[in-house]
Amino acid sequence: MPVATNTKRNLVTAALVAPAAAWLMIFLVLPFIAMLVFAFGERAPEGGYQAAFTFAQFARLPTRAAAFWNTMVLAPVGALLCLLVAYPVAYYLAVKADPRYRLILVSLVVVPFWTSLLVRTYAWMYILGSRGIPNLLSMIGLEDVRLLNTPCAVLLGIVYGYLPLMIMPIYVSLEKLDRRLLEASADLGAKPVSTFFGVTLPLSLPGVMTGVALVTILLLGEYLIPQLLGGGKVFFIGNALVDLFLQSRNWPFGSAIAVTLVAVVVVILMVAMRIAFRVAGTRQVDLV
Amino acid sequence: MTSASTNDIEFRSVAKRYGSVTAVSDINFAVPKGAFMALLGPSGCGKTTCLRMIGGFEQPSEGTVYISGEAMNGVAAYRRPVNMVFQHYALFPHLDVEQNVSYGLKQMRPRRAPAEISRRAQEALDMVRLGGFGKRRIHEMSGGQQQRVALARAIVNKPKVLLLDEPLAALDKKLRTAMQIELQTLQRELGITFVLVTHDQEEALSMSDFVCVMNAGRIIQVGPPQDIYDRPASLFVADFVGKTNRIAATVDDGGTTIVFADGTRVASTATAKPRAGSATVALRPEAISLKRNGAAGTATLSGTVTHRIFLGSSVEYSVDVDGLGDFLVTADRRTIGDSDLVEPGDRVGLAFDPNALHIFPA
Repeated sequence: MPVATNTKRNLVTAALVAPAAAWLMIFLVLPFIAMLVFAFGERAPEGGYQAAFTFAQFARLPTRAAAFWNTMVLAPVGALLCLLVAYPVAYYLAVKADPRYRLILVSLVVVPFWTSLLVRTYAWMYILGSRGIPNLLSMIGLEDVRLLNTPCAVLLGIVYGYLPLMIMPIYVSLEKLDRRLLEASADLGAKPVSTFFGVTLPLSLPGVMTGVALVTILLLGEYLIPQLLGGGKVFFIGNALVDLFLQSRNWPFGSAIAVTLVAVVVVILMVAMRIAFRVAGTRQVDLV
Repeated sequence: MTSASTNDIEFRSVAKRYGSVTAVSDINFAVPKGAFMALLGPSGCGKTTCLRMIGGFEQPSEGTVYISGEAMNGVAAYRRPVNMVFQHYALFPHLDVEQNVSYGLKQMRPRRAPAEISRRAQEALDMVRLGGFGKRRIHEMSGGQQQRVALARAIVNKPKVLLLDEPLAALDKKLRTAMQIELQTLQRELGITFVLVTHDQEEALSMSDFVCVMNAGRIIQVGPPQDIYDRPASLFVADFVGKTNRIAATVDDGGTTIVFADGTRVASTATAKPRAGSATVALRPEAISLKRNGAAGTATLSGTVTHRIFLGSSVEYSVDVDGLGDFLVTADRRTIGDSDLVEPGDRVGLAFDPNALHIFPA
């Protein structure tokens, strides 16, 4: 009975997909539609949303240029710093580490995730704050070093918090790398450095791209790290959104900023994937 | 260190151990310039380890590997004048065919001009008859084509020695035969030394000038293919290279007579008298001719045909020989008429030249 089997198969598929689809519908698609509607509306006199159709909110975007600027600069820079720190670690784990200890070493990378990022970032507040490293520096005569509430503090927090997310995709792509390709490269006369840039790096680019895209996208919506380590001075779009929705209750303007942010994320993701596809030479790019 | 050597490859008392495991030991052999040498043996015999020591992917634990008379101890793979065709080709998936082939040329220092690189890559691709495929991606090529790309990539650097690690194992039989001929032609055209690793005795015999038979980490016999086949140095070689019938026997009368287990006596014609005592005698299936019972002849053994396997150009018979068990007999279709085709169940006599017996003292 092919018809009956087909119906059954469709039912199974539906049953498997339904929970996720419903979840995404309720908590992603509907809020996004609401946000789009809000973005073209007006702020009600007492705060919140009032129906209208106007581009006024988008016209006001430049007033939050600093938040956009900080986010657009510090998110990619933070992701690239993450990459610079993560690649050697991933390379060591995947290529150089003794296979017997590899699993333990890899799980060490993940262990910090077991503690809340909030707690760990608070710890950095104290380390970088006046009673932390600056205090130690003053003992050797370096007075008035400011670390907390600077872009550097935010970047440090970013690298610290997001490193595992960068290490894992790179580790996976390096771990899959066929060792015989490295031998073939050496056999053809390539020195180890040439082999790295000619074979290892290009073939791990899908992992690199995945990691950079993942971390960048998450950073674009980052709130906690700039809040704690940037103080009021280095703030991201995320912080601006919290202000607008919770403090000044300007939902339409907040929505306009959020919609713009989503648009930017989509563009970045598309460009990153295109590059990854082109470099890898196949359409199989792992999102891990 | 450098000497004018007529050998492109030489192993002197080479051993390789991994921890307490000995992969190969006591390896001594030489490959003359321009020769085609096959390292033949069952899997795990150490032949690939030997090849990898030439390539520089493994360093010997003992002894020295020489390439063109130069000791290679501690010399990294990328400094050796040899190139390898890897077992599963190990082509770079992120590069197209031409980029794969020119990879080695781009590593040369001083740098070669782009025009020279592309010309030489083209030449190499033409040589393996992949002229128009330069811009293809690797995953768009068939297994046989990938094999040729791997070959072109390895010969483009004009190595002194080309190493081939089971290069034809992944191809189907017809393609494999065609590639065997192509490899031989290529070797003659290039005039460079080839070292081939294979577990396929037919491949080793048909392609090479010298065969080095290995087993359990040691060399058992080195020689031209015909010597290996006709004068196997041990029962292992007789068994591994070609098919063979083993006959339990004793050597009698000071080495002049061989007595089979069933009591049949055969005069030994061996010039070197075999040691008296129990022995195993090897006899090739094609050295035996079947005689219909009752036909005139000098059959030594007799038995009953149990199976007939028709192979096209030849026929293989399984014969249950009285008192000695199963024998394999191969008959060439040219030398037997249709009327000579015996059937399972037929009683037959087995005749052979005593010269064809190989005697291995137990």
